[in-house]
Amino acid sequence: MSTPYAKLPAWADYGLIPLINLAVAFIVAGLVVLLVGENPFRAAVILVEGAFGRGQGIAYTLFYATNFIFTGLAVAVAMHAGLFNIGGEGQAYVAGLGVGLVCLALDRIVPWYVTFPFAIAGAALFGAAWAFIPAYLQARRGSHIVITTIMFNMIAASLMIYVLRDILKPEAMQEVKTRMLEAGAQLPRLNWIIELFGTAKIRSAPFNVSFLLALVMAYLVWLLIWRTKLGYEIRTFGFSQKAARYAGISEVRVTIIAMLISGALAGMMSINAIMGDQHSVYVDLAGGAGFIGIAVALMGRAHPVGIILASILFGVLYQGGAELSFEMPAISRDMIVIIQGLVILFAGALEHMFRPYIQTLFASISPKSVGMAAVKGEGA
Amino acid sequence: MAEAAIELIGINKSFGAVRANRDINLEITRGTIHGIVGENGAGKSTLMSILYGFYQADSGEIRVNGKPATIRTSNDAIATGIGMVHQHFMLVDNFTVLENIILGAESDALLKSSIAKARSELERLEREYGLEVDPDAIIEELPVGLQQRVEILKALYRGAEILILDEPTGVLTPAEADHLFRILKQLKDQGKTIVLITHKLREIMAITDSVSVMRQGTMVATRETKKTTVEELAELMVGRRVLLRVEKGEAKAGEVKLSVKNLVVKDQRGVTMVDDVSFDVRAGEIVGIAGVAGNGQSELLEAISGIRKAVSGSVTLDGKPIDLTGAADPGELRQRGLAHVPEDRHHVGLVLAFEENENSILGYHNDKRYLKGPLLDVDAIMADAKDKIAKYDIRPANPRLKTANFSGGNQQKIVLAREIEQDPGVLIVGQPTRGVDVGAIEFIHKRLIAMRDQGKAVLLVSVELDEIRSLSDRILVMFAGRVVGERGPEASEGELGLLMAGVEQKEAAE
Ligand SMILES: Nc1ncnc2c1ncn2[C@@H]1O[C@H](COP(=O)(O)OP(=O)(O)OP(=O)(O)O)[C@@H](O)[C@H]1O
Ligand SMILES: [Mg+2]
Repeated sequence: MSTPYAKLPAWADYGLIPLINLAVAFIVAGLVVLLVGENPFRAAVILVEGAFGRGQGIAYTLFYATNFIFTGLAVAVAMHAGLFNIGGEGQAYVAGLGVGLVCLALDRIVPWYVTFPFAIAGAALFGAAWAFIPAYLQARRGSHIVITTIMFNMIAASLMIYVLRDILKPEAMQEVKTRMLEAGAQLPRLNWIIELFGTAKIRSAPFNVSFLLALVMAYLVWLLIWRTKLGYEIRTFGFSQKAARYAGISEVRVTIIAMLISGALAGMMSINAIMGDQHSVYVDLAGGAGFIGIAVALMGRAHPVGIILASILFGVLYQGGAELSFEMPAISRDMIVIIQGLVILFAGALEHMFRPYIQTLFASISPKSVGMAAVKGEGA
Repeated sequence: MAEAAIELIGINKSFGAVRANRDINLEITRGTIHGIVGENGAGKSTLMSILYGFYQADSGEIRVNGKPATIRTSNDAIATGIGMVHQHFMLVDNFTVLENIILGAESDALLKSSIAKARSELERLEREYGLEVDPDAIIEELPVGLQQRVEILKALYRGAEILILDEPTGVLTPAEADHLFRILKQLKDQGKTIVLITHKLREIMAITDSVSVMRQGTMVATRETKKTTVEELAELMVGRRVLLRVEKGEAKAGEVKLSVKNLVVKDQRGVTMVDDVSFDVRAGEIVGIAGVAGNGQSELLEAISGIRKAVSGSVTLDGKPIDLTGAADPGELRQRGLAHVPEDRHHVGLVLAFEENENSILGYHNDKRYLKGPLLDVDAIMADAKDKIAKYDIRPANPRLKTANFSGGNQQKIVLAREIEQDPGVLIVGQPTRGVDVGAIEFIHKRLIAMRDQGKAVLLVSVELDEIRSLSDRILVMFAGRVVGERGPEASEGELGLLMAGVEQKEAAE
């Protein structure tokens, strides 16, 4: 009766397998580096030093990670409801408008800590609103959410260009963006925390208070998914729609609420970009973070702790990658994208590639360990 | 002396703290049908999974035809001539029979030549064993009995000499089961060895040559079938005497709790599955619905429990109407005291990926007892789950264990405990003892009778005629979506069987 399939112990499931995937991604990336005539080991050193070597690097790494935590959590919440939200990019972008409107209204009259909560609300509201339409179409009309959210990324891009260029851009400005936001909409930097650990003075990195917001959100997502009634309904629906129906859980309600939360989380990414970094609303402010969020959620197994770790990894790739293309001219910006792509490929898409082998291996070296994970349970 | 096809020597297997198999020794003679029985969770499926390469034994030896065999994967098992028919068929629904049979055994890079070869081989097998199936039929359009036949053909196609069947009759109608047994006999006559796991002791007596009994991970006895009885087997399994007949007093039927009038239900294709059905269920009685699977019973249950919308008709619960054609939702019905044990516990009644405690509140998760504001009251849920585990003897007694890792009978107890312990006024139950061992059947039957005696209304749907006859106070027979007759519990099996086959109806039409 019970379907027999082997399970791995938790440490192998959550530690070993991601590590192997990562190692393979780096080996393949190393081959690519070799191919363009550079030394892969030196490249690896530059990458890691760029990300961790100096305080400045760490700050940038965490700044990027902040973006990915938000978008990764967004994808994860939808995933628990069995929905694949590819629209984080567009949701974050449009949420930038919500943040921008709040900031433009408040930045000259109140201090940042007054603006901040309103900006969070603005981001959540606009991000959620942008996710609502695909959610509604999925729940009521059965239009596939993957397709609609992709389309909504496109629409978001056009919409935002229009709004920025034709409405919000000051006459005198060359670039397509809003006016510079003033102190009341600039989030304090957190670089001093890194400096506490004895690094040199960090001059310009945009690592800021949004990071703390991201951590709070990670905790709230954990609470939502595993400790609330709504989370229970989301997971039930995500695992088995028939069981959800039996349990009296409304498909329409769960689909829409999960997507609203997902959109709101993705939207908060724009706070980091706008209030933490550029101090204006600008073109393409999501910068691909919405897509990275998919890889982060897959790699982090849709669990907030995993998402934080995966986000930091991608922060490293972003920051270290920037250093790398600077130090090794043969490695262009595009090469970095290839390396990131490989990590996504092995850690995300091919997540299960090595699993059967490792299971067989475990079964033969220590048969007892297989099946243990089930007893410990996951996620709680 | 007859030769052993399979010898298992000193097999051990643990899952964490659970010792699923301990020191198992088993010898299966070539060319015989060997039955394995045992309580839910006794370790039968685990043992067979070891033989088939799904699991690795912690220790022990497997010999096939006298030679030691290393079986690490199911491919190894197939290579040594072992085939398995899973209870949950592993077929691709939208492929044809032929495509499913060659799937994973394609011999050439070009599919076309494989297919041609496979077709003639398949036709040979079908002829040889009398296993007719149209090679070009799409799997999802075949009834379960035929799907199972495809599974058997698939194993034979891969050269199986030893065939393992894990609870093959759980999903079959009695006629389909009979047919299956004829096929198994024929396979035996051709020299194949068959291992049959089942909870139905009658089947063991009817078809096997020898039978082994497992209890709590150990092999407690092996008997020649001719020299044993159902009573002895039941006692060996459970370790005490089992009451194979239900004991119950007279029903004291009270007021009408559930009343169904002119109910019409269609399935997703628009075919009428329930056709103008009317009946009442009163407090203090069990109404049984008998019928061959697929005659509308499933749809009837789904409609009454609010899972499936009805097309027309009216239903009242405690005299108040429920809108089954519109907004009735299972959650609301639960609150009004209607509990439902669904037929399909795997996909409907449980979320297999959940921990046991999470499933013990499924459908009742809105209940204040389990909540602290918007948060789940984890302590209360745990305490409640432990309570039910103790009361219903759910094994292993671990509320944190993933539900998929409980054996079938224990999964069923999880569902029953959840629904019965809510103390509903009306209980509707579909196939309550499918895949459940004799000891648990006794337990479940006693519970249902106790519910009745407390003045609850129970609506029971089962394809097991024995179950219907021994539990019900009134029996309705469904055929082709209609209720074709009502009988008392004293109706004979033959009489009900004719009704179930629609015989009387045909005569009436003529
Ligand atoms: N993957 C697993 N992880 C943990 N425990 C497991 C696993 N598979 C089975 N078990 C446990 O091992 C024991 C034996 O299970 P098994 O499925 O072999 O029983 P069974 O005799 O086939 O029962 P049933 O008649 O209900 O099908 C049970 O206690 C079960 O909960
Ligand atoms: Mg079993």
